[in-house]
Amino acid sequence: MADLRIDLAGIKSPNPFWLASAPPTNSGYQVQRAFEAGWGGAVWKTLGEPILNVSSRFAAVSFNGQRVAGFNNIELITDRPLEVNLQEIIETKKKFPNHAIIASLMVEPQQEKWHEIVKKVEAVGVDGLELNFGCPHGMAERGMGAASGQVPELVEKQTHWVKEVARTPVIVKLTPNITDITMTAEAAVRGGADAVSMINTINSLAGVDLDSWNTVPHVGGKGSHGGYCGPAVKPIALNMVAECARNTFVNVPISGIGGISNWQDAAEFMLMGATGVQVCTAAMHHGFSIVEDMIDGLNNYLDEKGIASVMDLVGQSVQRYSNWGDLDLNYKVVAEINNDVCINCNKCHIACEDTSHQCIDLYTESGRPMLKVREQDCVGCNLCSIVCPVDGAISMVERKSTIAPMTWNERQSLISSFAR
Amino acid sequence: MTSQLQRNFVEMTSRMTKNEALEEANRCLYCYDAPCITACPTSIPIPNFIKKIASGNMKGSAMTIMEANPIGASCARVCPTEELCEGACVLNSSTKPIKIGHLQRYATDWAMESDVELFKKGQTNGQKVAIIGAGPAGLSAARELSRFGYSVTIFEAEAKAGGLGSYGIVSFRLPNDVVDWEVAQVVKLGVDIKTNTTVGVDISAEEILAQYDSVILAVGMGAVPNLGINGEELAGVHDAIEFVKHTKMGALTEDLVGKRVAVIGAGNTAIDGATCAVRLGAEQVDILYRRTEKEMTAYQFEYEFAKQDGIGFKWLTAPKQIIGDEAGKVVGLECVKMQLGKAGADGRQRPEVIKGSEFVIEVDAVIKAIGQTRFVSLIEGFGLQHTNGVVDIDETTMQTSNDKVFACGDVVFGNGQGEAMVVTAAQQGKDAAYVIHERLRKPSEIA
Repeated sequence: MADLRIDLAGIKSPNPFWLASAPPTNSGYQVQRAFEAGWGGAVWKTLGEPILNVSSRFAAVSFNGQRVAGFNNIELITDRPLEVNLQEIIETKKKFPNHAIIASLMVEPQQEKWHEIVKKVEAVGVDGLELNFGCPHGMAERGMGAASGQVPELVEKQTHWVKEVARTPVIVKLTPNITDITMTAEAAVRGGADAVSMINTINSLAGVDLDSWNTVPHVGGKGSHGGYCGPAVKPIALNMVAECARNTFVNVPISGIGGISNWQDAAEFMLMGATGVQVCTAAMHHGFSIVEDMIDGLNNYLDEKGIASVMDLVGQSVQRYSNWGDLDLNYKVVAEINNDVCINCNKCHIACEDTSHQCIDLYTESGRPMLKVREQDCVGCNLCSIVCPVDGAISMVERKSTIAPMTWNERQSLISSFAR
Repeated sequence: MTSQLQRNFVEMTSRMTKNEALEEANRCLYCYDAPCITACPTSIPIPNFIKKIASGNMKGSAMTIMEANPIGASCARVCPTEELCEGACVLNSSTKPIKIGHLQRYATDWAMESDVELFKKGQTNGQKVAIIGAGPAGLSAARELSRFGYSVTIFEAEAKAGGLGSYGIVSFRLPNDVVDWEVAQVVKLGVDIKTNTTVGVDISAEEILAQYDSVILAVGMGAVPNLGINGEELAGVHDAIEFVKHTKMGALTEDLVGKRVAVIGAGNTAIDGATCAVRLGAEQVDILYRRTEKEMTAYQFEYEFAKQDGIGFKWLTAPKQIIGDEAGKVVGLECVKMQLGKAGADGRQRPEVIKGSEFVIEVDAVIKAIGQTRFVSLIEGFGLQHTNGVVDIDETTMQTSNDKVFACGDVVFGNGQGEAMVVTAAQQGKDAAYVIHERLRKPSEIA
């Protein structure tokens, strides 16, 4: 049994799986059910001035029959009175003293408003605060959420205001709806943030109904942009986490969010620098019980790798994430097809022929259809192995280069040294 | 009782639900140069029609199927898919094959119910084609020729068009409304189907040859031949083809309820006869075959189906005479045991009588299913060369010994190869149409 406990900027939880601030953490009833199911922490649905919500609110994107490949919402922060939420936080904390409860907060960008809400929520015993500078819809039109989060100065200033009074660790939740997330992450750190979390949802329109021509979702025939999350956003989120993790100015722990659906996703985020993860869409799709395999799978993975604590995973792959200019131009892999495993769907052939480098030949050998890679023309792009539906039919194998490794940056500096 | 019998003849397999169809369609790999297409005698672009189901393009999906196969709705139900498209599916080697037949039915059912117009008659080219027989081959040829602009007349001896589909394939596999829809598609293109019109009786071969630019002979096959034993004239002795035909015509009778039935022969028609007898209420149905399980010509899935229906199989058993009572009704069947001897001309071991092994079984009905006779006089009426009633053709052009007469379907299929598949007949009909059209086009191109 590996040790799954984490410590994220002083916030401790029995495992790295937190529910993100979202519909699943709307009430004490839900958060208590989540803790009973095994979730290590919960970021309470964003508290602030209660708002009004619309109907309908959610939409999802299916891909080839797979439901909820991506998820879109136009729901706002909590629509329940602050006092009710605070009372339920007290009750929940009493029942689950060892689980992490983090209060997500969002108020207008005024110093006294931040001071007021921070004091109120810390008084009920939360383990930390998460500043919602990321919500892209609705609240942003009122100058909050992503509207604040897209301006580094506002991120820094508001973080600073919070830190003036906060006694618990402060996490700043960042919006991905920005050109370079490290700019706002650095601003949060300058403002005194103890940690950053990312990503909030991505501006999105889930679809258009081809019969009614309404947006999906729509509210009485009108729609507005929502926030996109779920499995489809994972690569975007993972990159943003990694970019922050390898940025020396973002020297605070990261809470990873974005499309995490299982223990494997969580382990990837942690290897790329996240100290813990937050989950929403997967729980909304399947219910709280999915955490059971998250815990079990992560545990078995760590045991198998001989790793004593999950904290030992954190950041192990960060140094492998680099600039393109630092990649070895002389490294070479080529595709190799195992005709004994191949089922002859020919998807690799047509993918290569139509859209890559035309190096997979179809032929027959004693009446049997076969495929072969012309290695001299293979650029090692991986496309064939990506489209192949059978494990083990196509392997990308390394071909030792006869020339020494050289990156683009090394090459350019060598060329310029000749020019001198 | 009658309503129970009617329920027995309702189509057995149910249509996929929308969810089932989408799930299955999304499982298709969309292979390049897909082996399922090659395995389909009509070369339906199968991955394409499946992807169209997945994308919600139902009209396009039905078009893709029906374009390649004018009787694609029937074939979705009667094709031996595990020997054709599904047998070739690459997923046989990894998970399980795509249910292509079921998906094809899902798409064509959509077309049937939405009643969309799939095809249009071509601009009239002034050429007239006569087709003899409105079965799978004839209908397919007619559909294609009409799209090319030919004026097409089909002469059909039966009261309804559809051929094997209307009269020969058991209702619980192929309901009449499916065939009726396919026939209606052809009629909508302006094809004139003259039913109840027997060539050689109502119109002569000479008249047809004189009145039309081209002729397609697609008459299929005839009645089951006599066994050549005593008692065949008794009441209760049926020709399997006629027997199945009666069940297709709606008038289900209770004559067989609780009775014992023997079916002679072990091809697909024998299975049809036996399974119909079970559904008509027969208590005991046995298939008698003079060879063994190994030599039987029925498809494996038909054999399995028959066994599930509780049909008994008596191998190496041949009928010797049918025994009747004073009223002229069947009461028994005298059989004789056989053994397999030396291989005959067709490569199969010949069955030989075991002397003194005669025995009698008590039966109330006998169904004969030992093959079908050929329409020799009709073939000769057109003056066509044939081999034992199988019309001789140039296999690439479907052309007979008379260069304006083409032949396709069961009438050219033959001699020891069992029966043609419906889907093969459909392709041959298309091929005959293309050759006729090609022949018309070529001189004009030269000119």
